[in-house]
Amino acid sequence: MKTALNRLSGALVLAASLLSLLAATALAGSANAQESEGIVVYNAQHESLGREWIDVFTKETGIKVTMRQGSDMQFANQIIQEGDASPADVFLTENSPAMSLVDGAGLFAPIEKDTLDQVPEQYRPADGMWTGIAARTTVFAYDKTKLTEDKLPKSMLELQDPAWKGRWGAAPAGADFQAIVAAFLQLKGEDATKAWLKGLKDNATPYKGNSVAMKAVNAGEVEGAIIYHYYWFGDQAKTGENSKNVGLHYFKNQDPGAFVSVSGGGILKSTQHMKEAQTFIKYLTSKAGQAVLKDGDSFEYAVGKDAASNDKLVPLADLNAPKVEASTLDSKKVVELMTAAGLI
Amino acid sequence: MLQDNRLLASGNKTPVASGAGPMVLPRGRMPHASVVLLASIVAIFSLVPLGFIAWVTYDVGWETVKTLVIRPRVGELLVNTVLLESITIPLSIVLAVTLAWLTERTDIPLARLWAWLAIAPLAVPAFVHSYAWVSLLPGMRGLQSGAFVSVLAYYPFLYLPVAAALRRLDPAIEDAAASLGLDPWRVFFRTILPQLRLAICGGSLLIALHLLSEYGLFVMIRFDTFATAIVDQFQSSYNSPASNMLGGVLVGCCLFLLGLEILLRGNERYARVGSGSARPADRRRLGWFVVPAVTLPIILAVLALGVPLITLGRWLYLGGLGIWRIEVVSAFAQTIVLAIAGGVLATVAAAPMAWLSVRAPGRFQRILEACHYYVGSLPGVVVALALISITVRLVLPLYQTFATLLVAYVLLFLPRAMVGLRASIAQAPVELERAAMGLGRTPGQAARQITMRLAAPGAAASVALAALGITNELTATLMLSPNGVDTLATKFWSLTSEIDYVSAAPYAFMMVVLSLPLTLMLYAQSKRTAGQ
Repeated sequence: MKTALNRLSGALVLAASLLSLLAATALAGSANAQESEGIVVYNAQHESLGREWIDVFTKETGIKVTMRQGSDMQFANQIIQEGDASPADVFLTENSPAMSLVDGAGLFAPIEKDTLDQVPEQYRPADGMWTGIAARTTVFAYDKTKLTEDKLPKSMLELQDPAWKGRWGAAPAGADFQAIVAAFLQLKGEDATKAWLKGLKDNATPYKGNSVAMKAVNAGEVEGAIIYHYYWFGDQAKTGENSKNVGLHYFKNQDPGAFVSVSGGGILKSTQHMKEAQTFIKYLTSKAGQAVLKDGDSFEYAVGKDAASNDKLVPLADLNAPKVEASTLDSKKVVELMTAAGLI
Repeated sequence: MLQDNRLLASGNKTPVASGAGPMVLPRGRMPHASVVLLASIVAIFSLVPLGFIAWVTYDVGWETVKTLVIRPRVGELLVNTVLLESITIPLSIVLAVTLAWLTERTDIPLARLWAWLAIAPLAVPAFVHSYAWVSLLPGMRGLQSGAFVSVLAYYPFLYLPVAAALRRLDPAIEDAAASLGLDPWRVFFRTILPQLRLAICGGSLLIALHLLSEYGLFVMIRFDTFATAIVDQFQSSYNSPASNMLGGVLVGCCLFLLGLEILLRGNERYARVGSGSARPADRRRLGWFVVPAVTLPIILAVLALGVPLITLGRWLYLGGLGIWRIEVVSAFAQTIVLAIAGGVLATVAAAPMAWLSVRAPGRFQRILEACHYYVGSLPGVVVALALISITVRLVLPLYQTFATLLVAYVLLFLPRAMVGLRASIAQAPVELERAAMGLGRTPGQAARQITMRLAAPGAAASVALAALGITNELTATLMLSPNGVDTLATKFWSLTSEIDYVSAAPYAFMMVVLSLPLTLMLYAQSKRTAGQ
């Protein structure tokens, strides 16, 4: 009995070893295949949106895309570390500060002119090293059962007031929020930003991610939260279960809280697949690519010329956003200030 | 190499024939030397993460270290960590010891069933536990909720060794205590509990280390620990000095816990002195107490198994067939491949040290062994950070490859692999190996043909244990995996972070399916080492 058992275990070990060897070779094979065909996209956009774009793109062009999922600043810094050896061909973000960081390191290749022409100037940097592919606006998502119009903050700056202590939330660790802080920094300067971040640390409940913050508002944990608009629309389109008590307040009046953040797409200078990569960015900003934003379930704003956004959204032009130079948003300084404030 | 062995074997024949001391192998140093070399290589690899953090610390300079480490945020995280540990560990101990005593030493009905159910929560990854609770009670968050879910997810780590130890105890000591007039409670606290100390210390250490390195559970339950803060920093600025310094503090916490456990464990050991073997202990009659006694395992099973399974079932039902996309299958396949490859590699890497620590213990070997063990106590985040920075800077071809990911798995799960191997090598009598050499086998052949074969069940358990860990590993996989690789855990994670609980359910379910047989195997192994 015992020896039989031992033999069985021995056989198991042997089988497992063989299997893993086989697997290793198979994996090595697939890794090589990955390098030889198609492009690698570092996707910091929402995975579902990235997937939607890529699926349509591959179907139309036959170009294979391998997607690596991550977050804005993680990828930006990663690409800088990787330098010329970066496996990435294309970089997509949710916000623009990460694009500026990579651009600043001189790692982007210029985007083709036809592509740039598809996007209005205010949604791309003047140097043409990357382009906007979508946009999102900052909102104050609030608990409709607790707050009425007159009690809502007129400006995002009011939230640093002790009167708001314990009443609002945000997702400070995310790239989304760091973009808002970067805009704040550009609009109001370092001292005001420091003061506001201190107010955030003192007053706000930190959440992991915008959707979690919105859920907390819906559940009555906090009266409001600073998030981007489309989390609410996305949830409403599904079951509405996480946003049924939630209303959206648009700050407008060129308040930092009305900041419109541009999602970016760029091509790495080091790419071995320049043509395919250019085709991909061109597709994203084209009618077809932008239609994914209008018709899909991402609810982000389309930024292409003459491209319409989802009908349910407040039109971009009506948001009265502050003028922010997207290409100069200082992400490094933001991380520094936020670390100093004890937020990350 | 082979020639060396043969030469050595012929030189060794005489001492073997004349018989060495009872525990010492034949005098040939060389086979040891090659095993020591192999073990040293593994040990050096395992020092890489620690060395990296030391290097970053040195590199950024004292001033930067001071501003990054001595700040209120780090203080907050330390307080959180201490509170979490000091709530979770005592609760788990009480729960596990009570449950183990009930299932092993009383006449509780269906004892075996309760024993299985006590282990089964291990098959549910910790972050799936919290996913279940958060979707059941969306308001759950913070310290208490974190500790609550941690206890449910991790108490089996204490139950397993405590139950095994209880099974092995010699009832004669208890009889002696009882005959001296102690009532059952005193007998328990004066004779049984002290003998469980090793098991309790070991299990507690394991849980304590898990709490330090757990990421998904606490993110979902919204409780900040060092692991979550490091990932936040990493995602804000990618392997910045700040995340590495937080990693340094975390490593400090791990080393503190390891030291604390050594202190608490002490040097005393317990052994039978009588002749023959101990008889199995009598099971205590519960009488009317059986009602509350049965309630405890039922409640625990409902909380630690019922809730995850019911929530999962609900999401699966709501999602219908539409959520079983092709990606589930590919993630499942990739997870299995990674888990088995990583498990086998970890076991192979652990083998030289496991053999040495049983056959040729010594001071130097103990240091090597400590290197093997400490690295598994490091959180995946820290190991991944180090490997990313090193591959990017020094060996770029290895960057974002399966090789690097597997190295991370080997490092993280080396101790798990050691456990099974060590125990089973220890059970293979050295005399057999010596007899084989007496019959003309080289030491290498003898080790392979005798010891390795006898240790095979232990090796299989080691592979299973490491594979179980890899199946549920999240942070290192997220950070290191090659482009296009999605494991069940990483897919589950990205879907839950978009609060798409429905689509995430199949991945969670498959993780449980994968973990279940491995967990059962673990249980069987714990019985085997207990001599049953």
